[in-house]
Amino acid sequence: MVANVETIDQVRAVTEQKYKYGFFTNIETETAPKGLNEDIIRFISAKKNEPTWLLEWRLKAYRHWLTMAEPNWAKVGYPPIDYQDAYYYSAPKMKEKPKSLDEVDPELLRTYEKLGIPLREQELLAGVEKPAVAVDAVFDSISVATTFKAKLQEYGVIFCSISEAVEKHPDLVRQYLGSVVPYSDNFFATLNSAVYTDGSFVYVPPGVRCPMELSTYFRINAENTGQFERTLIIADAGSYVSYLEGCTAPMRDENQLHAAVVELVALDDAQIKYSTVQNWYPGDAEGRGGIYNFVTKRGACRGRASKISWTQVETGSAITWKYPSCILQGDSSIGEFYSVAITNNRQQADTGTKMIHLGRNTRSTIVSKGISAGRADNTYRGLVKIQPKADNARNYTQCDSLLIGDRCGAHTVPYIECRNRTASVEHEATTAKISEDQMFYCQQRGLSQEDAVSLIVNGFCKEVMKELPMEFAVEAQKLIGISLEGSVG
Amino acid sequence: MATDLATVASPPPATPVERFRLHPRPNSGTGLRWLNDLREAGLDRFGRLGFPPARSEAWKYTSLRALETLPLEPVAASDRLIAPSAYAPLPLPPELNRSRLVFVDGVFDPAQSRTAALPAGVVLAPLRQVLAERSDLAEAHLGRIAEGEGQAFISLNTAFVDDGAVLHIPDGVDLETPVELVFVGHAGDRPLVWHPRILVVAGAGSRATVIEHHAGVGGASYLANGVTELALGRGARLNHYRAQRESLQAHHMAMVTAHLAQDAYYDNFVLSEGAKLSRNQIHCVLNGSGVTCRINGAYMVRGRQHCDTATFIDHAYPHCASREVYKGAIDNQARAVFQGKIMVRPDAQKTDGYQLNRALLLSEHAEIDSKPELEIYADDVKCSHGATAGDLDADCLFYLMARGIDRDSARGLLIGAFLNEAVDEMEHEAARDGFRTLVADWLKGR
Repeated sequence: MVANVETIDQVRAVTEQKYKYGFFTNIETETAPKGLNEDIIRFISAKKNEPTWLLEWRLKAYRHWLTMAEPNWAKVGYPPIDYQDAYYYSAPKMKEKPKSLDEVDPELLRTYEKLGIPLREQELLAGVEKPAVAVDAVFDSISVATTFKAKLQEYGVIFCSISEAVEKHPDLVRQYLGSVVPYSDNFFATLNSAVYTDGSFVYVPPGVRCPMELSTYFRINAENTGQFERTLIIADAGSYVSYLEGCTAPMRDENQLHAAVVELVALDDAQIKYSTVQNWYPGDAEGRGGIYNFVTKRGACRGRASKISWTQVETGSAITWKYPSCILQGDSSIGEFYSVAITNNRQQADTGTKMIHLGRNTRSTIVSKGISAGRADNTYRGLVKIQPKADNARNYTQCDSLLIGDRCGAHTVPYIECRNRTASVEHEATTAKISEDQMFYCQQRGLSQEDAVSLIVNGFCKEVMKELPMEFAVEAQKLIGISLEGSVG
Repeated sequence: MATDLATVASPPPATPVERFRLHPRPNSGTGLRWLNDLREAGLDRFGRLGFPPARSEAWKYTSLRALETLPLEPVAASDRLIAPSAYAPLPLPPELNRSRLVFVDGVFDPAQSRTAALPAGVVLAPLRQVLAERSDLAEAHLGRIAEGEGQAFISLNTAFVDDGAVLHIPDGVDLETPVELVFVGHAGDRPLVWHPRILVVAGAGSRATVIEHHAGVGGASYLANGVTELALGRGARLNHYRAQRESLQAHHMAMVTAHLAQDAYYDNFVLSEGAKLSRNQIHCVLNGSGVTCRINGAYMVRGRQHCDTATFIDHAYPHCASREVYKGAIDNQARAVFQGKIMVRPDAQKTDGYQLNRALLLSEHAEIDSKPELEIYADDVKCSHGATAGDLDADCLFYLMARGIDRDSARGLLIGAFLNEAVDEMEHEAARDGFRTLVADWLKGR
């Protein structure tokens, strides 16, 4: 109830400025020269003091990337990207690596304050009623701060930037990096493998239930810069971790590229819950500017009875190309995918999931809600694959699309490949619009047209929203209202 | 011994495209310039396209590599003289009065054909005869409905278009007697290819029932590369059914394109049980409002059969309804593919679209690949699709076995009921009964 009132307030509050994260932080940065070549990759690697094996891995990826063609099967259209016309490294200037938050540029801290991301632990602790969330803040190409490291260390949980992990836990990184998404996986993942700059690293030791939510906040700030982050999360046997990801960028007329890779590994009985609220700048009403979000996310349920759950709320980006997937290797492992994708104006989203059933008694659930408004296109594209050895595998898929206005598109493209008779695969999809009756009911009770839409859409997405951690759910509800603003009437 | 270059036989052409270029051009309709142009354009397009490459989206799950290497030869005059051995006729009620055109290896066989009394103005004749006597009829429609662009097999058919069936029904005529089109494949010692063409033009307000029966004799290997073009005028009503029972070594292509004008009613059903490799492709263009388009089917495959169904329903006008129910039983190492797409274009408001594909996997090596797809650009629509895959429901099996029915019989009952749910979508009663018999016969062969 409270949330709904807040949503309404929020919608009102942003009538003037629709994308409130569209500001730019004027901060001195250090950038690599424009363009992409082996020297740039060596530069990035040297900046990060990387071991030789990692540099070799990057170069191997880069050389492979040169032989690859950009994929064109997704239902998205955009002018060709000039990969030489972008900066691949941009970092806020810092004298030395800051030892504490006091040494971090205050301008940076103010940026995160404006974004509503607390980087000061005491502030968090002061608010007793709020559960603590550990945050890794990534600004353009580097991680600027990670909170609650000490507290997490007590439990043996490693939470740091991936650059730091390469230095401090090279064995873990070397063992798992690229083990779920190999360097040759696809065009954008291969590009990422070559030029990734930072991201988060999480390791949860056996039997540990991570005491707080872990979170990474990605911020693109610099102009003409691509963000290529890489996240690696390993949940060792019997552990549990819930991880949140948020992202924003300034409003600009140019398109910026974001090509991230996320790898999850769950060992025996481990559970990973990965939630995303993606709110990159979507471009203006005419489709100028916005982030190109080409992301490869994949989790491997390696151990028996392991579980990986993806929840995403996609409201931002000019183009979204993203298929968080689960490889269900371990017997009795579980994969879940809950998604809300909202496109308005000229946004294009082609998103879905892949559930690859390899082990016995594996189960997967897919719930996807696509909402399309304005002149946007929203596509669900998913694969459910049951391999011959996946006895008694189960899948349930539900894809619902909601169209608001008659100039948008909603598409459903599921692929179902079943090679085991004991498996049971079910797919259902519906497409509808907000009915006049629903609108009339709400408006007759005094809600404005926009509040009514927000309320109905939130109801439509409820099955997914309830999977989000509480703090995120509130934010996501507000976002839905804001994203659809101006779509009716 | 010195090799005389002139006597060295040139190596056989490597690609199917080159091989087809060597096939003799059909001799029907000589002197018809438009027909010649049509064939040349078809051959050109096929030359450009070649067989669909592996991994192309439209043929994602069906490999044509084996077919591509098959040294296919055109049907020669000597082949036609062989009288067809008795093929199993379609189990339709004997009292059902119907016209019948029979084609053996793609060539019309007058001896086995008969035409019931037809209402005035109705043309039912083999294509070769129409080209000779009523070429205006063919010219108005042939190659204008089936689109060859990006469709290699349609282009190939057009390149060698020669014989087939033409049914033309004037406005307002109710063709009460069903038309049965029988295509018997009985090629002998070498793999043959033929390209039958069916053209049905149903005038405004007309009614007709067309039942295609594709039968194979013996274990012959051949490619029946068929194309069907349908044009339904305003308010026309056509029942169009096909029983595909080709030889188990055969390759069967059936590319159907239907143009449906305002208020037309199209009821299609395809039962696939034959062929080593078959493709049932249906493309319906809804060219006016108030159209009802029903595309249903059942597939029953075993051994190493491969059965591909690809449908595309294009809603371009408001207030149309489409319904599609496909059910399949897949046994042994057989594989079935279902790719169904519903497109709702921006102005097609109030569209009601429904699509369902359900597959039963009856053996541990059976495989189903299903891709039900919705592409929607109008908001005031009701569209849904569903797909399932898996074995028979264990509870149902238990229920029957608990009542003293042995496992095999119980399974048979359940599979039959499962498939007949699709067959029951057929609106023509006698045809439906015939197709139910085919399902029952297939189950007996388990």
